[in-house]
Amino acid sequence: MTLFDWGHVQYLLAAVLLLIGLYGMLVKTNFARKLMAMNVMQVAVIAFFILLAVRTDGTPPIELDHVESGTDAAYANPLPHALMLTAIVVSVSTTGVALALLVRVHRRFRTLDESELLHRLRE
Amino acid sequence: MSEHLPILIVICPLLAAVLVPLVARTSAGLARALTVLATAASLLFALAALRVVLDSGVWRYHLGGWAPPWGIEYVVDPLGGGMAVLVSLLATLVAIYAGPHLREFSSLRAAVFDSLFLLLVSGLLGITLTGDLFNLYVFLEISSLAAYALLASGGDRAVVATFRYVLIGTIAASFYLLGLGYLYALTGTLNMADLASRLPQVAPGSAVTVGVVLIVVGLAIKMAVFPLHGWMPDAYTYAPPPVTMFVAAVMSKVSAYALLRVLFFVLPAGEVVATARGVLSWVAAAGVLAGSILALAQTDVRRMLAYSSVGQMGYVVLGLAMGNVAALTGALLHVAGHAVAKGCLFGAIGSLSRQTVQVEIEGLAGAASRAPVMMAAFTVAALSLIGMPPTAGFFSKWYLLQGMIEGGAWVFAVVLLVSSLLSAVYFFRILERIYFSPAPASDPPPSRGPEHSWRLLGPVATLGAAVLLIGMFNGLLVTVVIRHALPDL
Repeated sequence: MTLFDWGHVQYLLAAVLLLIGLYGMLVKTNFARKLMAMNVMQVAVIAFFILLAVRTDGTPPIELDHVESGTDAAYANPLPHALMLTAIVVSVSTTGVALALLVRVHRRFRTLDESELLHRLRE
Repeated sequence: MSEHLPILIVICPLLAAVLVPLVARTSAGLARALTVLATAASLLFALAALRVVLDSGVWRYHLGGWAPPWGIEYVVDPLGGGMAVLVSLLATLVAIYAGPHLREFSSLRAAVFDSLFLLLVSGLLGITLTGDLFNLYVFLEISSLAAYALLASGGDRAVVATFRYVLIGTIAASFYLLGLGYLYALTGTLNMADLASRLPQVAPGSAVTVGVVLIVVGLAIKMAVFPLHGWMPDAYTYAPPPVTMFVAAVMSKVSAYALLRVLFFVLPAGEVVATARGVLSWVAAAGVLAGSILALAQTDVRRMLAYSSVGQMGYVVLGLAMGNVAALTGALLHVAGHAVAKGCLFGAIGSLSRQTVQVEIEGLAGAASRAPVMMAAFTVAALSLIGMPPTAGFFSKWYLLQGMIEGGAWVFAVVLLVSSLLSAVYFFRILERIYFSPAPASDPPPSRGPEHSWRLLGPVATLGAAVLLIGMFNGLLVTVVIRHALPDL
């Protein structure tokens, strides 16, 4: 048994990306940085799904002359891509809403620092 | 048309959400009427669908005629149908209740508010009816995005509180989606029924465990289960009254429904799920106590009610985690009872706070003389959360207690009783203010009390009456709907 299966290193990278995102959201105190970390986390999830779709030597899931039909191993799985299109839309909308909120926060409080904002919230 | 009932329940508010801002350009009143009509139509369709399902069994509706597992299917069973009725009932009442609050807005702003509210409603209804796990994620995000915008409309503090909710809500949704990815990779399907039949053939391993843990944690954050509740009190306190009323009443319940659906209808009963339920039960017990104790420490009524929600959702999770017939019956009855009672409490407080800006407990002195009917409804709902007969809360706690004792979980039975005592303390503190403290003499009597509008009074009084009705006819509700909504144990 080897110490690490290098065939699955791409999933490890997605996991690292996820952890970077989560770390940023939990540790950074600036709301804008938290939002960027949130995007990193979402990208990690999207990457994970896309990696699931990959087939070794697979072609795009469209009908091509030189690919025999009926051998499903020859195609990359199109479903995760379709799912992630939706997830990307969700991610864009969430970012849009969050940015709109940040603009309002900054206009009113002139800061995006979480601890200072929470302090002003309790006043 | 009747064969398309399941999709009509979701489509009605969705279409109206698009139409309302357009109609508002010509007539603001028509736009408001459309909002109320769309939610009422959903309620009617949901009731009709539930009736069909109770008569003739589970209703599987294939979207666009595509059979699952390729197409998306909507499944109306007594559980999902019952939740749809609950959601659309609250939605209709809140749509009416929002009227006086929206009068201060410009007609465009009011229309955008209504449009977002309708999107939130259709998202929540979609969650209750869909038979597809990824579709559930999409509806979860539709409802969350609409809720973010609505919660943030309460002013500057609300915006800060909402941004923190956006972050934590997105973590929850991403966890759910990631867990879904694991289950999809293992089985190659996203349809709930298909997944349920394929998962038992998958060898139990770390992949199943990770998937289940991610999904459960994601939904638990959405439910604001202790200790993942941090976002909730601020979000509830600063939002506009109709939003808090609806979100507090319904949103966490729908997430609880999703958790029940996944734990008992999708995942196979095995070691992983048993462990997850074991952990959930202790977390929920801690939440029941922590929520009640934190509620005791608050001086702001809305914040107190928010912490009480943390405790009350703990009851629901405790019931799910125990998982025997009595406990699950109690959990579902508590979902209905608490949704109606919390809506009533926030509705009554929200109607006061427009006149008296502060919602401090002190500020409630003499409220009973200014708003007798509102405060009577508030009292009934408060008694329900304490668990006094003959309100809904007594019977749901009775079933839950029975479930704990059957399951031999004496610790949890004690937790249930202690927390009931605590909630009695924090609610009687308020009731004492409302009924026995004289109103401050310096206050000039308001020319128009909170009860001048039937739009405020009607929904709150209806919810107050519903708390009593659910309590008195709990036997009927349990035998006709809830018994059939339970999973095969």
